[in-house]
Amino acid sequence: MDLKVIVNEERCKSCGLCVNICPKHVLRISDKINSKGYYPVELFDNENCISCGFCYLVCPDMAIAEVKKPEFVK
Amino acid sequence: MKTIYKVPSAITSSDTTYCPGCTHGVAHRIVAELLDEMGLTKKTVIVWPVGCSVFGYFFIGTDALIAAHGRACAMATGIKRVHPESFVMTYQGDGDLASIGIAETVHAAARGENITTVFINNGNYGMTGGQMAPTTLIGQVTTTTPYGRKPELNGFPLHVPEMLATMDGPAYIARGALDNPQHITQAKKFIRKAFTAQQKRLGYSLVELVSTCPTNWKMTPVESIERVKREVLPIFPLGEFRAVKGVE
Amino acid sequence: MGEKLLMKGSEAIAEAAIRAGAMAFFGYPITPQNETPEYFSRRMPELGRVFLQAESEVAAINMIYGAACTGTRAITTSSSPGISLMQEGFSYIANTNVPCVVVNAMRGGPGLGDIAPAQADYFQSTKGGGHGDYHSIVIAPHTVQEEADLMFDAFELADKYRIMVVVLVDGLLGQMMEPVEFKNWVDVKKFKTPEWATVGQGDRAQRNILISFDILAEGLEKMNCVLQNKYAKIRENEVRFEEYKMDDAEYAITAFGTVARIVKTTIELARKEGLRVGLIRPITLYPFPEKVIENRASNVKFFFDTEMNEGQMLEDVKLAVNGKKPVYFHGRLGGIVPTAEEILDEFKKHLGG
Repeated sequence: MDLKVIVNEERCKSCGLCVNICPKHVLRISDKINSKGYYPVELFDNENCISCGFCYLVCPDMAIAEVKKPEFVK
Repeated sequence: MKTIYKVPSAITSSDTTYCPGCTHGVAHRIVAELLDEMGLTKKTVIVWPVGCSVFGYFFIGTDALIAAHGRACAMATGIKRVHPESFVMTYQGDGDLASIGIAETVHAAARGENITTVFINNGNYGMTGGQMAPTTLIGQVTTTTPYGRKPELNGFPLHVPEMLATMDGPAYIARGALDNPQHITQAKKFIRKAFTAQQKRLGYSLVELVSTCPTNWKMTPVESIERVKREVLPIFPLGEFRAVKGVE
Repeated sequence: MGEKLLMKGSEAIAEAAIRAGAMAFFGYPITPQNETPEYFSRRMPELGRVFLQAESEVAAINMIYGAACTGTRAITTSSSPGISLMQEGFSYIANTNVPCVVVNAMRGGPGLGDIAPAQADYFQSTKGGGHGDYHSIVIAPHTVQEEADLMFDAFELADKYRIMVVVLVDGLLGQMMEPVEFKNWVDVKKFKTPEWATVGQGDRAQRNILISFDILAEGLEKMNCVLQNKYAKIRENEVRFEEYKMDDAEYAITAFGTVARIVKTTIELARKEGLRVGLIRPITLYPFPEKVIENRASNVKFFFDTEMNEGQMLEDVKLAVNGKKPVYFHGRLGGIVPTAEEILDEFKKHLGG
């Protein structure tokens, strides 16, 4: 399945607000380092993400670039 | 896959340079979302302040000006009076709007100037290192109130929406907050109404946004949003303080 | 053109500005120029133009700044203490490269001072007042007719150079009534929003950002160079002055504004006594007419500068004379207006020296 949360790693400042607010705990600060020296967030459990968009709402840096929801054909 | 949320096109490709966890970026984004959703982006002039958000013009892609400290409402008045078809908004911090700029703010509101102000309240002068602001709380430690703000020395914080709502000129006055998704969603609704007030030429509109300043509060971003809920919102309650017919 | 009206200077300035295409007035009451905003308050609505009494001079100049950023012809008027309040705005307007016109009806200072005429804002107008390396074009009329004529030039120069133009008058020029003939109306229907204006991006390919700021020193230096190049062009092309009976003059009096017209009488009195005196009257105080003074230094025995201040334009005269000849001075302070006879007496003290 496609990623439900698209992270723009270069914009992330590891503030942790999205990790803190995520109701399903599917986000975490990664081990990667971006060009500014921050550890960007990553969506490590795509399956359990409910596409609520809380991460997008609280992110102050546009690092959560997009939130998507799977559409199921009936 | 269906897109639920996407960064709006009115946000530029420049990486935001605010401190990690500073809610300026959230305020910028909800303003940008509304400008796009309401078809205002190409008609908008934003008057930016002196303060951390002096750089805001890098991040929201409209025609832009920087006013002298506190003077944004006067500058916006000058633009709107000669160019009423432009959508004119100011984006100001607490020192800018409520200290040095209080006269310009009050009089723009009194005149019912058809401009919109987005007012960021983070309880200190962020850009200059964390000095006391008109919205600093009693007991709050800042670099110019190292023993905590004392009313007998520095008086009491200003409640700007409550003050402006006593006047006849404003069409829409509200206070929102940016500390959690529910408040952010509510704050965006308030700003939408404020923008509508300008579109309908109903008078002055202002939305205060209770915001965080992790760096000068000497807290982590998560601790900062918890402080908003615990200490700030009891003093600065959220809600709509004035809404004339047409924006209720 | 053609109709001669008897008008008060402070009203002639307003009527001239309106005919010159002023589309917006933002100002605040202050003596001795209250007739000017009052005149605008009656006339602007008649013509569908903007008039707003601001809450202070601080607010007024920032409203002017906003309107200027839309490329609209905007004007404010005030007097010395109010102009002091506007200095922050002047500095911002200068480094944003936007046009506007400011009229200062000078009064006695410093501080609250009095409401009598003075010329003590020469330094403030020509050397800055606001912070930073900037200049405004400064024009000093000496009759009501010249006030009316120069208002047209003020708006033209402001638009041409994207600069603030200060029209420097005093309470006397504001209160006196003289016959005045106005130039033809500027056709405001031909006005277009400039490409650089901030009115909303609209169909433009790029948005416009008009700011007086660059956080990087290298960037700010570039902005300053833009200003300096502009000022160099202005100094080259926009100097204006009047020479009165200088062709055979052995002595030169320098003066501007109200004092210059009093000096014209002084010269008549002096010539009756056989003294060959002339007047060099700067009309632009910035750019200062240094070349004409430098040239006349070869012909005259000395210069005599007279102003209603402690000796402000005196310094620019001395710089232009550059030590070639003596430069004497007579000034009155606090709002006192010298008489033609008084100036002559003071002038004669330096004869035979």
